[in-house]
Amino acid sequence: MTTDVRPLPPTLSSVVRAGTPVAETAPVKIDVRNLNFYYGQKRALDGISMAIHANRVTAFIGPSGCGKSTFLRTLNRMNDIIPGARVDGSVTIDGHDAYGSGVDVVSLRRQVGMVFQKSNPFPKSIFENVAYGLRINNLTRSKAEMAERVEESLRAAAIWDEVKDRLHESALALSGGQQQRLCIARALAIRPDILLMDEPASALDPIATQRIEELVYDLKKAYTIVIVTHNMQQAARVSDYTAFFWLGRLVEYGRTDRIFTAPAEKLTEDYVTGRCG
Amino acid sequence: MAVSLGPNASSAGRRRADLLFQAVALVVLAVALGALAVLVGTVWRDGANRLDWQFLTSFPSRRAESAGIYHAIVGSLYVIALTAAMALPVGVAAATYLEEYGGRSRLARFIELNIANLAAVPSIIYGLLGLGLFVRTMAMGRSVLAGAATLALLALPVVILSTREALRTVPSSIREGSYALGATKWQTIWHQVLPMAVPGILTGLILALSRAIGETAPLITIGALTYIPFAPDSIWSAFTVLPIQIFNWVSRPQAAFKDNAAAGILVLLALLLTMNAIAIVLRDRYQRKGRP
Ligand SMILES: Nc1ncnc2c1ncn2[C@@H]1O[C@H](COP(=O)(O)OP(=O)(O)OP(=O)(O)O)[C@@H](O)[C@H]1O
Ligand SMILES: [Mg+2]
Repeated sequence: MTTDVRPLPPTLSSVVRAGTPVAETAPVKIDVRNLNFYYGQKRALDGISMAIHANRVTAFIGPSGCGKSTFLRTLNRMNDIIPGARVDGSVTIDGHDAYGSGVDVVSLRRQVGMVFQKSNPFPKSIFENVAYGLRINNLTRSKAEMAERVEESLRAAAIWDEVKDRLHESALALSGGQQQRLCIARALAIRPDILLMDEPASALDPIATQRIEELVYDLKKAYTIVIVTHNMQQAARVSDYTAFFWLGRLVEYGRTDRIFTAPAEKLTEDYVTGRCG
Repeated sequence: MAVSLGPNASSAGRRRADLLFQAVALVVLAVALGALAVLVGTVWRDGANRLDWQFLTSFPSRRAESAGIYHAIVGSLYVIALTAAMALPVGVAAATYLEEYGGRSRLARFIELNIANLAAVPSIIYGLLGLGLFVRTMAMGRSVLAGAATLALLALPVVILSTREALRTVPSSIREGSYALGATKWQTIWHQVLPMAVPGILTGLILALSRAIGETAPLITIGALTYIPFAPDSIWSAFTVLPIQIFNWVSRPQAAFKDNAAAGILVLLALLLTMNAIAIVLRDRYQRKGRP
């Protein structure tokens, strides 16, 4: 496997070693070293090392069941709540060990937002779905400010126009694609640093998908984004970096244009050209 | 008969078995409903003409025709309201602890087993416990409070078991969504999990209260009176409840009191139906707010 980052200090770009001429100037946001993950006895991730850059979009691709979601969820410690799950290796975010003793998991998750593979709106109103994160974290001082932040988040997730007249109706009455965008709005409302998106567009029509892609493009000015996708064109369009996973291993990781045009591994080439997986 | 999928011997056999099963189920249902109808019918025949305003608003009397059931209605409502006020918070708290915090420890499993057993303990045992603990040791006397505390003990296992069941049905995706927004475990439970569990919790509570409101033995054990000429006006008052009053009337030799008993049973049935109706309305209200 060609993980081109492991021995390098976190500030050096992974691509320097891979020989890509373009030097990366963005600092490393998330540095993962030798990460193994187990569901009980079953090993789901095997020795993953990679450096994810700030204000860049990193796409995870790979066949179903290869561990993309699992890896994504280790980055905000969402797997902690799965009984019997175990992780070893290190995840460093902004220079702080995410799995260190004394780490406040709650504030880590506030910093590392997440949009889930299956949309999961709360059984409350549209407004309350977005306001929830603001409320529990005491992020707004007045009702007006709360309403403002809710509107801003819904606009950012490209769903405001569709819901502005029914903010106080149940979120469960929305279509699947609307629910997914509501979940994006909900994640944006608390203004995380990093946004993890697990196939955010898998339930959307082409127009909504395009909106999400534009959104991702806009958001990377302020956020570090990791996006899981099964859509190769989407990965090529939105991401700066692409990581290809296969059976729990990171097979190849580098700049998106290189992964798609000149992959170093035969397996990667077969996958991105649709010959396997 | 047209069979579109072609002749199939076993399919015909299966259809016959299906019909047979349906018939048996229908007969069994008819027997059960019939028995219930006869029961209610008899009670109605005996009690309906005693059931008037005077009966509902009068106190007990030596003369059957001027006796009423007001004191027992108030007593039952008082006791059951207080029982709910005690069993609900304690039961929900206990279930939340066991389900969300207790984990799979040996202790948690031991407690769970015991709670399941407690739900099957005869009610008179609870009466004896109430007598020793509430009436004597805690010096509550033969009060409404002691009665309600005893019935709350009786109701607790069912409330705990149904609350745990309701908590388990909350999908993990909702919990994850909450955690991912930086919610603590307690915030997640309080704002997301418990509200979604409300319909299940209410159903369990009403089930438990419906049982409690019909209980006679434990209340007689702790010394609820069979004859009081007044309605309880505080939690320290002596009291009686509908089933005790009914029991009292049934045991009188005069036929007129038997009619009073039948009318009392009708009142108790009406109370039960009202409680169940309220539960259904509440549950539907919350379900509409919650998941479809
Ligand atoms: N909660 C769990 N308990 C046990 N095994 C799990 C659990 N979640 C996932 N797995 C297993 O871990 C492996 C990786 O799953 P994961 O969900 O990370 O795959 P994925 O790459 O996201 O797939 P997809 O593209 O279908 O979403 C799979 O073999 C899966 O069966
Ligand atoms: Mg997945």
